[in-house]
Amino acid sequence: MARSESLGIEGQPFRMDIERGKIHEFARALQSTHPDYWTTENPVIPPTYLTSMFFWEEKVEGADPWVDVAMNQDRGMHAEQEFTFFGPPPRAGQTLTAKSRIAEFYEKAGRRGGKLTFVVKVTDFFDADGNKVAEARMTGVETERPPEEG
Amino acid sequence: MAAHQPDWASLADGQAGTSRTYGPVNRTDIVRYQGASGDFNPIHHDEPFATASGYPAPLGIGMFHAGMLCNWAAEWMGPERVRKTRVRWKEGVFPGDTLTFSGSIAKLHEVEGERFAEVEMVCTKQTGAVAVQAWATFSFGKAP
Repeated sequence: MARSESLGIEGQPFRMDIERGKIHEFARALQSTHPDYWTTENPVIPPTYLTSMFFWEEKVEGADPWVDVAMNQDRGMHAEQEFTFFGPPPRAGQTLTAKSRIAEFYEKAGRRGGKLTFVVKVTDFFDADGNKVAEARMTGVETERPPEEG
Repeated sequence: MAAHQPDWASLADGQAGTSRTYGPVNRTDIVRYQGASGDFNPIHHDEPFATASGYPAPLGIGMFHAGMLCNWAAEWMGPERVRKTRVRWKEGVFPGDTLTFSGSIAKLHEVEGERFAEVEMVCTKQTGAVAVQAWATFSFGKAP
């Protein structure tokens, strides 16, 4: 069961470098050949690139408050994902500082009965001057019963 | 050197982007995306693990086709103009599925003198079922 006590928990800040080779690799994985991602010295990131924060988050003890949610792996799913940029998206060469928190925890009745528990993790990304440049919102949902039985 | 991007004047409410079809999705596509993103959940590549979990094959990775969908719109409007993307998953994708990315301009508007295009889009499977719905906002800068 997802733990409601996780609401409000904040993770430790972690560093995320925005790198040209990684952008190229990520764009390639999205089957993109768009020149903006690989012909310039400091390419812009593809819109969902910040999801690769996994690589940086896992290096810092306590960075990921999602661990405290303890969502059941068999009954948990990624329901929604949002990325917001407060100006042009980050580019290669930038070093961001990111910090996550469990921002929402709520329940709803499922369409076929049973309770659905929604949990939202928000990650704020700051540039070298401390300006907030991006925000990621991940919504996970846990069903009361396994999906195939729901 | 930036690729071609549309001018504000060329956009219209309801205007559709040129749809893209990709597939069939194979296991290598999924593994490549997992390697790039850092999400190594075995449900997306470990066949015995996936079948033991009740799936017929490795479950496609949601952020792969959702990422392709958001990027489809970014390549249409210009990657530097992206200000927001939001995706909602509707149905799972499996190896062998062919995906089509399509969408249109839902609204052109100004907020405090800045021009924005709102795009609504879907990733559909060969069955016609919607796998992912998404919304994106693009900035076209200050109005002259």
